[in-house]
Amino acid sequence: MPKIKMPVKTPHVDMTPMVDLFALLLTFFMLTTSFRPQEAAIIDTPNSVSDKQAPDKNIMTIFVDSIGHVYFNIDNGKDSSKHFRKDILVEMAKNYNLTFTEKQVNKFATLSSFGLPIKNMAKWLDSEEPKDKERMQKDGMPTDSADGRPSELWYWIRVSRQLNPDSEVALKGAASADYKIIKKVIDILQDNKVNKFNLVTNLQKDEATLNDVK
Amino acid sequence: MGEIIQEESGKKHGSKPKAKKHSTHIDMTPMVDLMCLLITFFMLTTAFSKPKVMTITMPEKIDTTIDNPPPITVAGFRTINILVSENSKVYWYTGSVDSKEGALTPITKTDYSKDGLRKILLDKNKDAFIKIEELKDKVKKGLLVMADSTLNIQIKELKKGDGKTTPIILIKAGEGAKYKNIVDVVDEMAICNIGSYAIVDMSPKEQELIKTIQ
Repeated sequence: MPKIKMPVKTPHVDMTPMVDLFALLLTFFMLTTSFRPQEAAIIDTPNSVSDKQAPDKNIMTIFVDSIGHVYFNIDNGKDSSKHFRKDILVEMAKNYNLTFTEKQVNKFATLSSFGLPIKNMAKWLDSEEPKDKERMQKDGMPTDSADGRPSELWYWIRVSRQLNPDSEVALKGAASADYKIIKKVIDILQDNKVNKFNLVTNLQKDEATLNDVK
Repeated sequence: MGEIIQEESGKKHGSKPKAKKHSTHIDMTPMVDLMCLLITFFMLTTAFSKPKVMTITMPEKIDTTIDNPPPITVAGFRTINILVSENSKVYWYTGSVDSKEGALTPITKTDYSKDGLRKILLDKNKDAFIKIEELKDKVKKGLLVMADSTLNIQIKELKKGDGKTTPIILIKAGEGAKYKNIVDVVDEMAICNIGSYAIVDMSPKEQELIKTIQ
């Protein structure tokens, strides 16, 4: 019997469907992506049943970490042609008799959360070393009033709200933070006539049913 | 189109030697590699779940520079005080220890579990809770068709009740209360469909009283 000769074939796999699929996935991810913002501190938020979504634009966020340091973040607003962060920094500088260079202001506009006294802001913006930047933020934003003036946090909130009246306030506190510090932040907010705010929480389903009352 | 023209011209000049056929196979492996990399990048940097928020409204600070209307007196039995203390301890009583009538029920220790705080709140808010849950049930089963906004308005109305018997919860944060504890209690309000509650400070008398209870 003659042997069947196997034809020598190159192990070529047709990759076209795979490429199609990948292109699809890539397009999906590129379109739906919203980048995770870099945050000054890792905050483990408490759980709640609320399933309301946080607004993604026009939001000012105040972070309180577990040891009670306060950080602040404000976005550039819905209208990308307006750069609220730039205006806010310039206005803040006026309040504290400071000046920032054009470069510093532009850099500030691209960053996110921060927590440091404004007198260190220029140095922080110039610094390229991540370790230095971290060290400058080790005490968070000052929340105590000093020299007979309201606290720096108060000024940040005030200026942000003056320049962008549509901005909402979100408070992202760590579950293990002392309520005293949260209360302090809330007091500062209320001094700025902000009485309604969003507490950032993790969704955890839990409900009471009619059987519980019968 | 191009192919058809070529075919026709091929027929015309049949004697012409055909151009050497090149394989149309493109090696797609590098493309697949690149796409894999990009997909991985997007998957890792995407923030899928947008943060959830819980909206709370704080009572406006009393402005002492203007004449304020006298505070509204509320029947003592409607007022439920939840005293949040350190180490996740929680106490409750009705009435007010600072008023003439004093506390209507003794200060009792409870906990954050289903059989603790929730049982008390559900018991006090039974009527409103049952009405709201029944309404929600009907909408869920399709017996009643209404828009989400209409449903929310109706629930709000039901939460208010007749304004005479529905409980008013005062959440009082004492020394050493954690942020998590407060969020848990506020969450309990949402679960038990309670319409009126406020976060206030604990009075010195209450601070003293809870120290005596173990």
